Amino acid sequence: MNHLLSIEQLARADIERIVSQAERFAEVSDREIKKVPALRGRMVLNLFYEASTRTRSSFELAAKRLSADVVNFAASGSSVEKGESLKDTVLTLSAHKPDAIVLRTPWAGAAELVSGWCAAAIVNAGDGKHEHPTQALLDVYTLRRRVGEIDGASIWIVGDVAHSRVARSNVLAFQRMGAKVTVAGPPTLIPREIEQLGCEVRYTLDQLPEADIVYALRMQHERMNEAWVPSMREYASWYQVNGRRLTPSQVLMHPGPVNRGVELSGEVVDSPQAVITAQVEAGVVVRMAVLYEVLAARGAHAPEARPAEPRTPALPQQAVGSGLA
Amino acid sequence: MSAVEPLVGAGGAPAELLLRDVHVLDPRAEIDARRDVRVRAGTIAEIAEPGSLAGEDGQEVVEGEGRLRLLPAFFDPHVHLRTPGQEHKEDIDTGTRAAAAGGFAAVIAMPNTEPVLDSAPLLRSLRDAAAREARVRVGFLPAITRGLQGEQLTEMAELREQGALGFTDDGKPVRSARMLRKALQYQRLCGGVLSLHEEDPTLSHGGAMREGAVSTALGIAGIPSVAESTMLARDAALAGYEDARVHFQHISCADSVEALAGAKARGFRVSGEVCPHHLLLTDEHVRGLDTRMKMYPPLAGEDDRRALVEGLRAGTIDCVATDHAPHARDEKEVPFEQAPMGTTGLETAFAVLHTELVLPGVLGLGTLVERMTAGAALFGLEPATVAAGRPADLALVDLDAQWVAGEEGWHSRSENCCFAGRSLRGRVLMTLAAGTIAHRDRALALAGAA
Repeated sequence: MNHLLSIEQLARADIERIVSQAERFAEVSDREIKKVPALRGRMVLNLFYEASTRTRSSFELAAKRLSADVVNFAASGSSVEKGESLKDTVLTLSAHKPDAIVLRTPWAGAAELVSGWCAAAIVNAGDGKHEHPTQALLDVYTLRRRVGEIDGASIWIVGDVAHSRVARSNVLAFQRMGAKVTVAGPPTLIPREIEQLGCEVRYTLDQLPEADIVYALRMQHERMNEAWVPSMREYASWYQVNGRRLTPSQVLMHPGPVNRGVELSGEVVDSPQAVITAQVEAGVVVRMAVLYEVLAARGAHAPEARPAEPRTPALPQQAVGSGLA
Repeated sequence: MSAVEPLVGAGGAPAELLLRDVHVLDPRAEIDARRDVRVRAGTIAEIAEPGSLAGEDGQEVVEGEGRLRLLPAFFDPHVHLRTPGQEHKEDIDTGTRAAAAGGFAAVIAMPNTEPVLDSAPLLRSLRDAAAREARVRVGFLPAITRGLQGEQLTEMAELREQGALGFTDDGKPVRSARMLRKALQYQRLCGGVLSLHEEDPTLSHGGAMREGAVSTALGIAGIPSVAESTMLARDAALAGYEDARVHFQHISCADSVEALAGAKARGFRVSGEVCPHHLLLTDEHVRGLDTRMKMYPPLAGEDDRRALVEGLRAGTIDCVATDHAPHARDEKEVPFEQAPMGTTGLETAFAVLHTELVLPGVLGLGTLVERMTAGAALFGLEPATVAAGRPADLALVDLDAQWVAGEEGWHSRSENCCFAGRSLRGRVLMTLAAGTIAHRDRALALAGAA
């Protein structure tokens, strides 16, 4: 795979390969020395047009664990604010010959567009309200560790579906992995004809108990000012996932950051059913697997899957060396 | 009221031509037969049985071999020539070259320029420029409201005296019904057609494509079809109430066709146009986020597309307009949501509609020719006709010629054509506009004079 642009472009086998690779990298993360030299000498450029702490730092950590060099380029305070176009910025930064560019923008399709402008592998870290494929991959990974295969499982995605790239990527990824997906939220925040993505639509949480997994989305306060919902109070009373609505066997997920008291009540966030912290942890190993995946075709080498042997170097040095040519 | 000729062009040497054994097709003149057609001093001098006329001194002879079609040249009531202020996209010279290459003998230019065409001095200077540069004749629609701001009427009566064909705030709707109503009332004094871009901005708010399954899959804010149809219905009702003459621009959905049909059935003085891209493309073409597929109104669903084709065939929609909207390459080489709206269309309009609608039998060739020439009469102008004594506004077309849109470049300064790369059948070989040869295809470059 040369780029990771969307879940839409992935087959189940692609998702499974990346998740399995992440599991191998997870072994590395448990070792005393967490770094592997798989991408030594490679340069990963984080190009972020939107504020992001979690995703960016998670990519940065992933690249560093793979021994890559990392350059962070934030659009604010840069030439972008002086009116430089996306294309010119990408062409300029390409002069530094990055091997991979991790790109987040407020514009749908920007990652795909950039993949046509430069030689680097492009990893979509969020393109507008379109997709956020690494989030979906880390969610699949988290579920695989927590509940095993999700074939036939019922997954409810609850909240502001309309403005959520996480929702779009996860509807596709969960379905690719065999789950049955339902989206639920206020009618003003469920986009028209979303059934055509293969999911079901509900406007109340009355049937929530049928879900095996509940995935709550972040509800942004701005949505209230734009009259998407009458008030946060009314939103919470109808759509908050709380102890009253969640049954003990259900697994609770959230992409973060959580608005306690809005989409989730404090008690469910802190309950053992919630895998929110596991999702964050998964972020690093899954992004390691993604960076490895898109650069593997270009000659990188990863550790073999084998029982953890903490003191053993993950890679034969020769193999690493050959990747530096 | 207009004191001056509303269409203006640079003119040129009056054509001296003998078009021998061409297949003349003019539904308005009720001709569909092989003929010899002589153009003398820019005027259609003789129409005779094929092979009966001989070339005269200084006359170029074009052999039609009974195969080349001679059509009345087309009329486009909706183009953006981008002058003044946006000449990096297009100017009067390049825009009218593109028109001539597409078989158009006259076009109407929109006022959303920089500055906006909203005053008589600016109209005069544009007409002067057209008189120097325009390959085909250009008419102008100044703005309805000053600066397209929707707050104050332009000096419509003076503008009409200086040659305005009518008025439009194209690019924007006249948001306030009260403001539009004043313009409709004022039309009783000054005449001219009010040409309306229909869009309820509170519904289209922030959208970049048509709302539907594709916009949802892409996560792009959608513009619902009702953003157009509800505004069109409102304005049709206002036009009926004031007995005003209104033309609806770039109709893009089934509900709008129905609203237009309803207004016509009630005897309102309304007409409508449709663009080739809305007749042939749908929001499925936006899936790849090619910015050439971004225009206002946005490409709609298949049901809407079919309703537009049927509306044009049945005559509910009166004419074809290209909404030729050039943008520079770097303006379109951006993420879809950032890109400006618009596609070019003058050079491909006839060929794409011939290829995609006439050849499959959806629309008769005669109907297409009628719809591509009907715009003139809607704006109070004489439509082009293949008849002796009329000025030569003619398009000579090879219906069998195959070409790929854009392969040999464009006459337009811009290349943002949504049909680029398509294999087309039907090519304009020569365009005569107001009696002069405005365009000549390479295929005819070496045709010898008699």
